[in-house]
Amino acid sequence: MQFGIFTVGDVTVDPTTGREPTEHERIKAMVAIALKAEEVGLDVFATGEHHNPPFVPSSPTTMLGYIAARTERLLLSTATTLITTNDPVKIAEDYAMLQHLSGGRVDLMMGRGNTGPVYPWFGKDIRAGIPLAIENYDLLRRLWREDVVDWKGKYRTPLQSFTSTPRPLDGVPPFVWHGSIRSPEIAEQAAYYGDGFFANHIFWPKEHTQRMIALYRQRYAHYGHGSADQAIVGLGGQVFMRRNSQDAVREFRPYFDNAPVYGHGPSLEEFSRETPLTVGSPQQVIDRTLGFREYVGDYQRQLFLMDHAGLPLKTVLEQLDLLGEEVVPVLRKEFAALRPAHVPAAPTHASLVAAAGGAKDSTVHAVDDVTGKAPEGATR
Amino acid sequence: MTHRTLAVVSAGLSQPSSTRLLADQLAAATRDELVRRGSEVELRVVDLREYAHDVVNNMLTGFAPAALREVVDMVTGADGLIAVTPIFSASYNGLFKSFFDVLDSESLVDRPVLIGATGGTARHSLALEHAVRPMFAYLRSVVVPTAVFAAPEDWSDGTADGALRARIRRAAGELADQIERRPPATGPADPFALTTDFLQMLGRGDGGAPVS
Repeated sequence: MQFGIFTVGDVTVDPTTGREPTEHERIKAMVAIALKAEEVGLDVFATGEHHNPPFVPSSPTTMLGYIAARTERLLLSTATTLITTNDPVKIAEDYAMLQHLSGGRVDLMMGRGNTGPVYPWFGKDIRAGIPLAIENYDLLRRLWREDVVDWKGKYRTPLQSFTSTPRPLDGVPPFVWHGSIRSPEIAEQAAYYGDGFFANHIFWPKEHTQRMIALYRQRYAHYGHGSADQAIVGLGGQVFMRRNSQDAVREFRPYFDNAPVYGHGPSLEEFSRETPLTVGSPQQVIDRTLGFREYVGDYQRQLFLMDHAGLPLKTVLEQLDLLGEEVVPVLRKEFAALRPAHVPAAPTHASLVAAAGGAKDSTVHAVDDVTGKAPEGATR
Repeated sequence: MTHRTLAVVSAGLSQPSSTRLLADQLAAATRDELVRRGSEVELRVVDLREYAHDVVNNMLTGFAPAALREVVDMVTGADGLIAVTPIFSASYNGLFKSFFDVLDSESLVDRPVLIGATGGTARHSLALEHAVRPMFAYLRSVVVPTAVFAAPEDWSDGTADGALRARIRRAAGELADQIERRPPATGPADPFALTTDFLQMLGRGDGGAPVS
């Protein structure tokens, strides 16, 4: 099972000091957090993508490329890549490039984005969110899998004889997850292609997650990719830890009370009861996280949200120490012991290459328009 | 014998509440009418006051806490709805509106609804027509023609043969008519139900397989 962290990249005032970090500080902090994730033995770092304040990560592959250069093992991902407002051609190019630079340490999570005004900035309309996600993703898959694409759709100019470059590393496109809180259409989309499905599982009741995962599993089997319990499931989670649970509650409460998403609403205690939020000791986090399996089944990826609501970098790094040293080693062992042999691990570049029968270079060499011949010495 | 559920929502804030009193009388009259016609009736009464914090939390977080979820499911899954609010500043009170704001906008489509209101003076009575009825029109509910307003003088006018009692009876009859025209409710809609299949969404009805 893979463990990691995901970040939305919000610039938020620290409510305990009144200080708001600059964009520069926040960007540097996100990088520091990613490097720390590798250092403490986590598997995945995923960044959000946003195009409006108070968020900084508008250019995910720039950031992930930089992190890739400074890490060895860490798998770089997104939470989420906006499949609605981004041009699928640019996604195909950017992430194939990242795949090459990182040595295959990349996968993506598709999402729609829920901020209405963002869509028209990119020439789109939020009311077409689902159809955009469906059409764009279908094109993206073709761009990675077919060397030359002729395509016509509703939301983008047609493509004729288009080759997206670079071609995927070793001829194998990055693995894709689809993220959704409560749109059954997206669970259906993930199931249809045999892709992963990621339930955000923060800020919402577990019942949402449970229903969406059950639907995804059932449809995954329906489309013939394997049995329902072999579907590839990821979950979010939100935790804050101190060795002593009262200390965790005391320290986190002002951040909770003023958080952008749920602040000034329910109490920390109510929200901890109604959603998977866990504020307490490492042991409490272990127990709660192991409990997720009871309502979604054996799953492949667990990402934690650690750095939002204005928490200072120093605190976040301490949280990652606790997560990496005390929580994840126990979870790895316990989850592995519980998982039946026929339930697969999350796909990685290595496993996808193996499944494809080995790595093959898929470079497409230019062809002369007149002679129809490739440049001398080029293989096709 | 047909089983019918009747949801009764009162947005009264004081205790005891004249809004709740009106809601109870509308509920009893509707139940009696349905029973007289041969149905078995289950009344479910909600004082929104008890869920005021949950309603606000729902507005802020986007989901209903468990206790409110039960109420929402009950209201959206009933055969008929009686909705009664005090009139504040020429309209429904904020709690009443907030409750209906957090419901899915499709969840009361074609639902028979009886609306009622209370106020400090009879001059507020048209608030039912210019505020409450249009809100349910937006939700595409079927609001019965008689809306019932109770002013202070209605409560002192005697109950058995007063004008208020006559309006309650007429409104209850209208609501019973609308409920009886429909098959028994099957409970709240499932927001996670898949209503389409992928090839349809993709615009390929031909069963084309994914590119692997």
